[in-house]
Amino acid sequence: MNASGVWLVILGGMLVTFLIRFSFIGLLPADRLPSLVRSGLRFVAPAVLAAIIAPALLLPAGVLDLSLSNFQLLAGLAALAVAVRFRNLWLTIAVGLAVFWMLSAFGR
Amino acid sequence: MIRADEPGSAANETPSDERGAAVRQVLAGGRDQLPLLLGVIPFGLIFGALALQAGLPPAAAQAFSLLIFAGSAQFIAVGMLANAPAMLIIATIFIVNLRHALYSASLSPHVSHLPLRWKVPLAWLLTDEAFAVAALRYRQADLRLAHWYTLGTGLTLWIAWQLSTALGILLGARVPESWGLEVALPLTFIALLILSISDKPGVAAAICAGATAVVLNGLPYRLGLVSAAVLGVAVGIAYQARRTARANERDGA
Repeated sequence: MNASGVWLVILGGMLVTFLIRFSFIGLLPADRLPSLVRSGLRFVAPAVLAAIIAPALLLPAGVLDLSLSNFQLLAGLAALAVAVRFRNLWLTIAVGLAVFWMLSAFGR
Repeated sequence: MIRADEPGSAANETPSDERGAAVRQVLAGGRDQLPLLLGVIPFGLIFGALALQAGLPPAAAQAFSLLIFAGSAQFIAVGMLANAPAMLIIATIFIVNLRHALYSASLSPHVSHLPLRWKVPLAWLLTDEAFAVAALRYRQADLRLAHWYTLGTGLTLWIAWQLSTALGILLGARVPESWGLEVALPLTFIALLILSISDKPGVAAAICAGATAVVLNGLPYRLGLVSAAVLGVAVGIAYQARRTARANERDGA
């Protein structure tokens, strides 16, 4: 692609990305949504986070992998247990990464 | 860590107290964003290096991060540059970033009282990572200065994304392909997920969204993610409505 095409992509991408992020904040405030929908906004964070995490752990290479050689999944389960028990961000990451690195180093 | 007892609740503060409290909120937001940088910075490095490999001049590579500021959309767009028309790439960026509309909706009741000079930067900085942290802040009781906190989360991520992209451009092919840190971001999100769930409808929303995202993983442009999230939110709403109906029945009987 030539230079002007690249800059068109960058500016167009900037515009559409900002418009999406600005949509409800600036153009269609949630106060004007039906109360049922509004009451559901508190589920956005857990739903999106789960939808990001689950494929990353269960399909690390694009196909479902429930085996013991899926280190992402094992590290994720360890992190999940720590997060539920201690509700601490740094501890969860530290334990998850430690499990992942140890499995990667010794698990083969 | 994120606490429920942040300072700044006294109503009789002087302007300088108010400024100090606002600065503390920005710093608290930045501090709570730090764990996520562990996963974000390697991505920024790889993006910078990859953009150069795709033939972009350094200025254009950095402009992707400066102006679009959306990790996965940037990766997909750069991957398409070689053989797709500009309009198709822009449409793809739109679809990949659709999930941000959910964040915008979720944030909007909390920022509706703010002027446009706040709404524009808060929207500009609204990413997966910043939203995941800021959403927890809005569960606290005192929300008077929460927009400063949200600004702190977004700015911290923005700075880290710019610097890591620049470093990736600088290092080019010398950026290692794998850091073993690709797992850091999902791990961070696991902790944020647990912190974001407060009741059974929340659990149901998360399980449904996670399962759907796995089933729909084959869909392109992260459409599986956004569909799964919408379905999860719907399940949460339905569960909550049923609970409320049952509670009303009990009270009525």
